[in-house]
Amino acid sequence: CFPDTVLIYTLSTARALTPQTAETDAIRFLVGTQSLKYDNQIHIIDFDDENNIINKNVLLHQAGEIWHISASPADRGVLATCYNRTSDSKVLTCAAVWRMPKELESGSHESPDDSSSTAQTLELLCHLDNTAHSNMACVVWEPMGDGKKIISLADNHILLWDLQESSSQAVLASSASLGGKGQLKFTSGRWSPHHNCTQVATANDTTLRGWDTRSMSQIYCIENAHGQLVRDLDFNPNKQYYLASCGDDCKVKFWDTRNVTEPVKTLEEHSHWVWNVRYNHSHDQLVLTGSSDSRVILSNMVSISSEPFGHLVDDDDISDQEDHRSEEKSKEPLQDNVIATYEEHEDSVYAVDWSSADPWLFASLSYDGRLVINRVPRALKYHILL
Amino acid sequence: MAPGSASSPSPSFPASRPWAAVGAMAAAAAAGPSPGSRPGDSPEGPEGEAPERRRKAHGMLKLYYGLSEGEAAGRPAGPDPLDPTDLNGAHFDPEVYLDKLRRECPLAQLMDSETDMVRQIRALDSDMQTLVYENYNKFISATDTIRKMKNDFRKMEDEMDRLATNMAVITDFSARISATLQDRHERITKLAGVHALLRKLQFLFELPSRLTKCVELGAYGQAVRYQGRAQAVLQQYQHLPSFRAIQDDCQVITARLAQQLRQRFREGGSGAPEQAECVELLLALGEPAEELCEEFLAHARGRLEEELRSLEAELGPSPPAPDVLEFTDHGGSGFVGGLCQVAAAYQELFAAQGPAGAERLAAFARELGSRYFALVERRLAQEQGGGDNSLLVRALDRFHRRLRAPGALLAAAGLAEAATEIVERVARERLGHHLQGLRAAFLGCLTDVRQALAAPRVAGKEGPGLAELLANVASSILSHIKASLAAVHLFTAKEVSFSNKPYFRGEFCSQGVREGLIVGFIRSMCQTAQSFCDSPGEKGGATPPALLLLLSRLCLDYETATISYILTLTDEQFLVQVGLLYEEGVRKAQSSDSSKRTFSVYSSSRQQGRYAPSYTPSAPMDTNLLSNIQKLFSERIDVFSPVEFNKVSVLTGIIKISLKTLLECVRLRTFGRFGLQQVQVDCHFLQLYLWRFVADEELVHLLLDEVVASAALRCPDPVPMEPSVVEVICERG
Repeated sequence: CFPDTVLIYTLSTARALTPQTAETDAIRFLVGTQSLKYDNQIHIIDFDDENNIINKNVLLHQAGEIWHISASPADRGVLATCYNRTSDSKVLTCAAVWRMPKELESGSHESPDDSSSTAQTLELLCHLDNTAHSNMACVVWEPMGDGKKIISLADNHILLWDLQESSSQAVLASSASLGGKGQLKFTSGRWSPHHNCTQVATANDTTLRGWDTRSMSQIYCIENAHGQLVRDLDFNPNKQYYLASCGDDCKVKFWDTRNVTEPVKTLEEHSHWVWNVRYNHSHDQLVLTGSSDSRVILSNMVSISSEPFGHLVDDDDISDQEDHRSEEKSKEPLQDNVIATYEEHEDSVYAVDWSSADPWLFASLSYDGRLVINRVPRALKYHILL
Repeated sequence: MAPGSASSPSPSFPASRPWAAVGAMAAAAAAGPSPGSRPGDSPEGPEGEAPERRRKAHGMLKLYYGLSEGEAAGRPAGPDPLDPTDLNGAHFDPEVYLDKLRRECPLAQLMDSETDMVRQIRALDSDMQTLVYENYNKFISATDTIRKMKNDFRKMEDEMDRLATNMAVITDFSARISATLQDRHERITKLAGVHALLRKLQFLFELPSRLTKCVELGAYGQAVRYQGRAQAVLQQYQHLPSFRAIQDDCQVITARLAQQLRQRFREGGSGAPEQAECVELLLALGEPAEELCEEFLAHARGRLEEELRSLEAELGPSPPAPDVLEFTDHGGSGFVGGLCQVAAAYQELFAAQGPAGAERLAAFARELGSRYFALVERRLAQEQGGGDNSLLVRALDRFHRRLRAPGALLAAAGLAEAATEIVERVARERLGHHLQGLRAAFLGCLTDVRQALAAPRVAGKEGPGLAELLANVASSILSHIKASLAAVHLFTAKEVSFSNKPYFRGEFCSQGVREGLIVGFIRSMCQTAQSFCDSPGEKGGATPPALLLLLSRLCLDYETATISYILTLTDEQFLVQVGLLYEEGVRKAQSSDSSKRTFSVYSSSRQQGRYAPSYTPSAPMDTNLLSNIQKLFSERIDVFSPVEFNKVSVLTGIIKISLKTLLECVRLRTFGRFGLQQVQVDCHFLQLYLWRFVADEELVHLLLDEVVASAALRCPDPVPMEPSVVEVICERG
């Protein structure tokens, strides 16, 4: 058996990480570097689970340092980044959709070691450009669709784009903006996989808001969701009204959007800002959080998951014995707990995410460029599965 | 004998006795074992079980061979007790012995043994003779003694016989005397009876005149006694005319007597004891008890009501009310004393009335008692606001003590219980009063602190330090608590009559004082502190942070020491088991909201400017690599280590988290050249001033280093400022 943890260094500061969402067979992550001095890169990290081998391919991203990266759910070769562009001592954060070279889409395994010399370049598909809006905070793809809809958050605007002509053109379909006093700025957003993908949730300051993408109107608002800035949020993939949020108050909160006055549950395991929260795509009791206290915490939130009594066998094919057994199982009170705290990082962890191909595998990225791939502890995996 | 012992071979035999060695060898040869056989290997077989006895038996042999005791002990092989060749053994067989000697010993040894044996036989003979002579005399003297004793006992037996016959004669005489006197004795008895009867008759005949005389003299008691004595006899001999006349006379006189008594009773002025006497006499004269009972109680009621009225007058506003002790004294001696007398007299007089009479008395006492209690409570209520506990406790003690007597007399009236209840109620109210007082004192302290904090500082003159304020608050609260405890403690003093009541032993101490007063006060303290913390919320409020800090320190002190001290104090004073309720503590210690100016006391004895390392990375281009390598060698900073409750630790934690936040913010920005330089200056400035607040200044160094490195990393055009310039800028400020 292989160790549960694998380390990789990019040797450059980085904060952007995403799984290659459209890939469901191979474990592949994309990491965007953040450097003002060198050409920035996107590292395509392939993890061969069976042989415990890591393969790395590098793509040049010359437009600027990458602050956020997201992969198309429909096309393995397409991804979007938010990046900084410096011009005349002014910094602009822009967003663009890119296509990677065909041979890298499925990770060319005969990668030459001298990757720097032969580094290939991304092909620009289109800018999510609007001179009126700068400072793109993040870009999110419609999770279930054909990869034609994208939402970007810029300052206090939420913009819905239609990608046309094989993504070579982005048309602003609709937009909405936050009204109110002060400098309102979106920090993060997620697209709900439920309700036919018509809902998006965003975070600005201490508030969480839900939007209907059809009318671009607000559907719910959780004011003061956190004591301080909300850093990230994520939807429960199996329970349509549940979402998790995290922020600078070191807490992770779980919400039922039908009742916005009180969180369903609050976790206080981190000791500094929590930058990222991610539900496991299949087993929503597994929640991953990364924080600038350099720790990654995997929690087991059974009580508010879609399987609060463990994995139940379908009613159709249970014999009496099994019925008895499942009943017994359901009687066991399942406790929410922290499964593991991962301390492999030595700098702030700004991004964590689950693999899109293997539900038991996740990656975390710290500022010093260290990428750590971990597996869910085997005992827990079997406990959930069996 | 000696040659026999030679059958035990032993190489340790001294060589100076060659014949013994020879004998030993011969024996060894006879037994068969090789000459190399171990010492202690006995040819006779296994060793015997009783070496002790054997050693004694062979003492003489050992002596003969000149062996010391120790040497003999070291030679465990001894002759078998069953050995027929053992001269001293029980199973000695002369034939076998001789046979053995003859077979084993050379001629010389045989000769020796023969002479030896002859010598020994002679010695034994002479020994026996000496013993016989010595003991012969003793036998003779013993025989003489026994003979003498025999003679003496015979004499004694004769004496005893004589004694027995004399006793028989004496008994005989005594019997004869009593028989002779029997006759006269009976006659004397009869005469005495007649005499008594005659005296009685005389008494009867004289009775009317005596009674009249008694009534005239006012000796009613005597008269009633005479009447009582004669009554039965006169009743019995009613049919005899002479007696009849006497009886009639008596009845007339008695009627007059009764009338006079009644008169006296109704007048009533002469006080309870005399009234009681009248009633007693009337009862003895056969007056109807029911009626007397009613009348008696009515009189008593009149008197007691008067007492109550005077008490009420004392309560009233017009004359200056006496203090509570005096009041209860009056009540105790006047009303309670009167009630006691009435009850005692009643019970004595009307004991024959049975439960109905007792019930009547109880109802009477209940009614009057409740009126008395109402008065007392009114008086005590006036006392409630006042401060002096000792006076109150003494008054309560008097009150309670005085009611014990009627309480015992009239258990059914429940006076003692009611009194205890009143005392308990007062005690409870006192506790509440003290709790209020403590709360007020606490709030007063806080107000003082606020004023002290808010007072404008006169230039040059330092206001009272926070530490001083804290000490003031703590000591003032503690002294208040102690004063309250001492005041309340009076209730449980041993000499106070109600202190042994179950309420004061248990509930008052544990629930009242401990839970209600002390814990209640601590709780309310916590609540107050909590409300100070909560009220400002996120929007900022009126509570000055210094006050919060002070409260947090106060709460912390309470949590660590003071509460347990106070509770121990309470427990010691009030005899409650420690640990019964011990988990009680401060639930929330407010995190301190500190500001730097609070710690202006912290004098900087160390010279500033000692720390001026340059913040400028030598090779800005390699910062990333450099910092990574640096990290490999420097220890990982645990920014979020737990904080202890002391100033330095808390400040260190705050500074670490602040710097970490600064780092995160720097990483989110992009700096221009001057932005980087500004960060450089800022960090240097921070370094100049932060070190004095932290436990380990290395931490500040590392974190500030990281901030500057990150800023350099976030700067596309990193041209750092000269370190000397940075220093100059910082020192100018």
